[in-house]
Amino acid sequence: MPAVSKGDGMRGLAVFISDIRNCKSKEAEVKRINKELANIRSKFKGDKALDGYSKKKYVCKLLFIFLLGHDIDFGHMEAVNLLSSNKYTEKQIGYLFISVLVNSNSELIRLINNAIKNDLASRNATFMNLALHCIANVGSREMAEAFASDIPRILVAGDTMDSVKQSAALCLLRLNRTSPDLVPMGEWTARVVHLLNDQHLGVVTAATSLITTLAQKSPDDFKTSVSLAVARLSRIVTSASIDLQDYTYYFVAAPWLSVKLLRLLQCYPPPEDASLRSRLSECLETILNKAQEPPKSKKVQHSNAKNAVLFEAIALIIHHDSEPNLLVRACNQLGQFLQHRETNLRYLALESMCTLASSEFSHEAVKTHIETVISALKTERDVSVRQRAVDLLYAMCDRSNSKQIVAEMLSYLETADYSIREEIVLKVAILAEKYAVDYTWYVDTILNLIRIAGDYVSEEVWYRVIQIVINRDDVQGYAAKTVFEALQAPACHENLVKVGGYILGEFGNLIAGDPRSSPLVQFNLLHSKFHLCSVPTRALLLSAYIKFINLFPEVKGTIQDVLRSDSQLRNADVELQQRAVEYLRLSCIASTDILATVLEEMPPFPERESSILAKLKKKKGSSKLPDMDDSRKNVNGSAEHAEDAEVASKVPSHTFTDNLSVNSAPSSGASLLVDVFSDFSSAAPTESSDEHFPRFVCKNNGVIYENQLLQIGLKSEYRQNLGRMYVFYGNKTSTQFQSFSTSVSSNDVLCSHLNVQEKPVDPLIEAGAQVQQILNIECVSDFSDAPVLNIQFRYGGTLQNIAVKLPVMLNKFFQPTEMTSQDFFQRWKQLGAVISPQQEVQKIFIAKNQMDTDVTKAKLLGFGVALLDGVDPNPVNFVGAGIIHTKTTQVGCLLRLEPNTQAQMYRLTLRTSKESVSQRLCELLSEQF
Amino acid sequence: NRWRKLRFLLLFNRQGKLRLQKWFVPTSDRERKKVIRDMIMLVLPRQPRTCNFLRWKDLKIVYKRYASLYFCAGLEEQDNELLALEVLHRYVELLDKYFGNVCELDIIFNFEKAYFILDEFLMGGEVLETSKFAVNVSMEQADTLQE
Repeated sequence: MPAVSKGDGMRGLAVFISDIRNCKSKEAEVKRINKELANIRSKFKGDKALDGYSKKKYVCKLLFIFLLGHDIDFGHMEAVNLLSSNKYTEKQIGYLFISVLVNSNSELIRLINNAIKNDLASRNATFMNLALHCIANVGSREMAEAFASDIPRILVAGDTMDSVKQSAALCLLRLNRTSPDLVPMGEWTARVVHLLNDQHLGVVTAATSLITTLAQKSPDDFKTSVSLAVARLSRIVTSASIDLQDYTYYFVAAPWLSVKLLRLLQCYPPPEDASLRSRLSECLETILNKAQEPPKSKKVQHSNAKNAVLFEAIALIIHHDSEPNLLVRACNQLGQFLQHRETNLRYLALESMCTLASSEFSHEAVKTHIETVISALKTERDVSVRQRAVDLLYAMCDRSNSKQIVAEMLSYLETADYSIREEIVLKVAILAEKYAVDYTWYVDTILNLIRIAGDYVSEEVWYRVIQIVINRDDVQGYAAKTVFEALQAPACHENLVKVGGYILGEFGNLIAGDPRSSPLVQFNLLHSKFHLCSVPTRALLLSAYIKFINLFPEVKGTIQDVLRSDSQLRNADVELQQRAVEYLRLSCIASTDILATVLEEMPPFPERESSILAKLKKKKGSSKLPDMDDSRKNVNGSAEHAEDAEVASKVPSHTFTDNLSVNSAPSSGASLLVDVFSDFSSAAPTESSDEHFPRFVCKNNGVIYENQLLQIGLKSEYRQNLGRMYVFYGNKTSTQFQSFSTSVSSNDVLCSHLNVQEKPVDPLIEAGAQVQQILNIECVSDFSDAPVLNIQFRYGGTLQNIAVKLPVMLNKFFQPTEMTSQDFFQRWKQLGAVISPQQEVQKIFIAKNQMDTDVTKAKLLGFGVALLDGVDPNPVNFVGAGIIHTKTTQVGCLLRLEPNTQAQMYRLTLRTSKESVSQRLCELLSEQF
Repeated sequence: NRWRKLRFLLLFNRQGKLRLQKWFVPTSDRERKKVIRDMIMLVLPRQPRTCNFLRWKDLKIVYKRYASLYFCAGLEEQDNELLALEVLHRYVELLDKYFGNVCELDIIFNFEKAYFILDEFLMGGEVLETSKFAVNVSMEQADTLQE
């Protein structure tokens, strides 16, 4: 037996461990373990009370067995007993057992609470530390419930030993992560922040971790920590390396504390106070300067610790993103590291530069390193470093270098490791689309991707190229020509056959004039691949064939022969068989006109966020993939910004619907690419909408309707019995709407009460543009229905019908009336006396929204009445008055709204001189609260 | 949630035998087994003198080999890789100081001590005490306390 045990040697344990090690097979090991488990069980059950040492030994054996990967279902009570031992090592083993096993047995926690409480109260530093460790190791909600309130007290108490303070700080941090609601900071905040001034560096280190986490949650409460952190950091960076004694690590002064302070500062913007700000800048400059000094030790630990601080300082500089001078210095420093002989530093430099690339101050500086990064891609031996190089190229890509970067990535792809190919494919596809000025380049790039790494080209990528080709008619001919050429290769990837089939089926006619790519040649080429393809691809090819029949009547016979063959009509696959049968029948019986309609060119796809981007984000998890669309805005945005401005200037300047976004993603996540035949050119069913209608009772402007194609905004003004409504139609797609027309319809009853007259509207709405239409409204007499706005237009091949209920309500014709308290009550009584009981309408209803006085006031004003202050004896009630103007009469209205916050209810009373008016106004208003 | 801390620390040898596991966030048994298997598969085949950092899912993996043992830590997104490397090194130094020229056998036969030392040094995935002196004092104290 090796004599390797140390401290309190447990001979029995050592023997057991070496027995296990000597087992020749898994079976032998299991046998030995079962024997030991039986032994321990009998000892625990035996009549003789075990002494502490034996208990400790057996619990330790159980722990060992558990760590070997076996289940332990007894011994917990013995471990719990050890906690109350006065002997430190027995207690320690008990705590260790619980920390390790508690995941699988949370029942334990209740049993140990008492022991932990006693140890926390023991005033013995070692016992307190054991208890705190146990709480932190378990870290469960039960633990937080039991102890979260005790620990802050221990942390800030004046007489707590330093080592206990350290444990208490990190223990609190741990509980705060699992159950932030249970850790009440409030009263302790100031004293915890003050720990940054503690003399003991160990305490400061632990406290800084705690404060950093708390400051992320509630930055305002810990604001004062910024100046203390800067002061502390400044003292560390300017200290001689030996000043800090045991906290100096290989000649680097307190690297852990420095890094933690720099992280704490990353929770905040740059300090506003000028002197603090300059002191921090000095610190950062000193750290940058130190990087240039000769090393104080040749040990890698020295350079690692020093550079750890340096990288953290650079992270802070990037986070602040406000000092161009520091940013450029940081970038130069990372540039040096890019060529460092230490692989670790090259890796980290590539990683940090990714974040620098998204700062507008340093983006250009990062770009100057492009050649180094490209050579890293080619020469690094370590795949994880090459992957960082790919990430950085992706992050530094903009219009100026996109062609070079995409080309380099493509050529790297030929030899890239299998593990990262899919990601590179996605990145190339995204960059090619994003920076395509001419789309022929885009098409070439994607076809190259398929050629080089077809297996790694996911559906999203080839769907996307088809969407883009279909939506851009300037590239269709080129795409057809290019896929035709690519398909000539004797062996081409199935993904290419899919793209080729789809594109030739749609646009093969654009190249059919050339005898080298005549219809028959195109068909024979596609069909030569048919038998090598999987079922879904064959299905797609069959659809391409039927499209050929429409495009090229001359090959109809040939294709019909193919469809008629046994291998199609009797194919074992139901989908293929069905397509063959249906297409064949279709081609035989349908007239040319019908064929032309059914097989018409695909309508453009709605504009949407590239699904590839979503895929890349998903693949990367939450990691810090530079998000092109976000980080890019302020970086090299000049070109993109110009485009945005252009789009913006197209829409009328008085637009109030700023959220009309040209490229907004569609709300429905339907399939990306509808099958060729799943969407015939036809009229879509009418979509009708009145969901936004109630929102317009108390307001006049806003978006009344929105789907993935169209947004309708309204702006309206009313005066007496007349109104004018401006309707804005926004085309959200990249395709023009044709035959755009609208009409307003009212039912028979409404017609006689309300006149709506529409001005003409432009029949064309360009992609991304907005047009305006004016409606003039006249209220003849009081009404309760609402007119409907019918919209019809052609989008792609499809006729769209939309019906929107227009928010023209009776209360729009209110004129507010101010009156004194005396007048009000006089009138209120008059109405009460003269009118029939139906003319007063009262409704009691439950509040649907929060009962907020200001919101209620705003709504009543929006409703159109004047709010009369100081009229109602009860100040919480609202009283209002107004006159409804119609062409024929005027109707005076008084209303009173009584909120009851306790019951969360309202009582609304309306008195007007006309029953129907009271009814309608009450209906409209009572739905608003 | 931009936590910056260790998620786990694993020690395994060149044959892929696990010698120590420490989890700093609640992790189910299944998840633990998967992480252990993945780490061993990821780290063991790496060539010498390659870089010490890897990406795995949304974690940064930092590992270093000392004699027959691999020390492997899983870090959250924002953590500092270089410093994590020195966390591993400091742990090795602490083991070394306590056992005197530590070897794999020491950790096998005194696994509980290896856990205790780790607890003195790290808590909840954060560095508790960076001073070698302070950690060793408390370990020595513990050893004398038992008598």
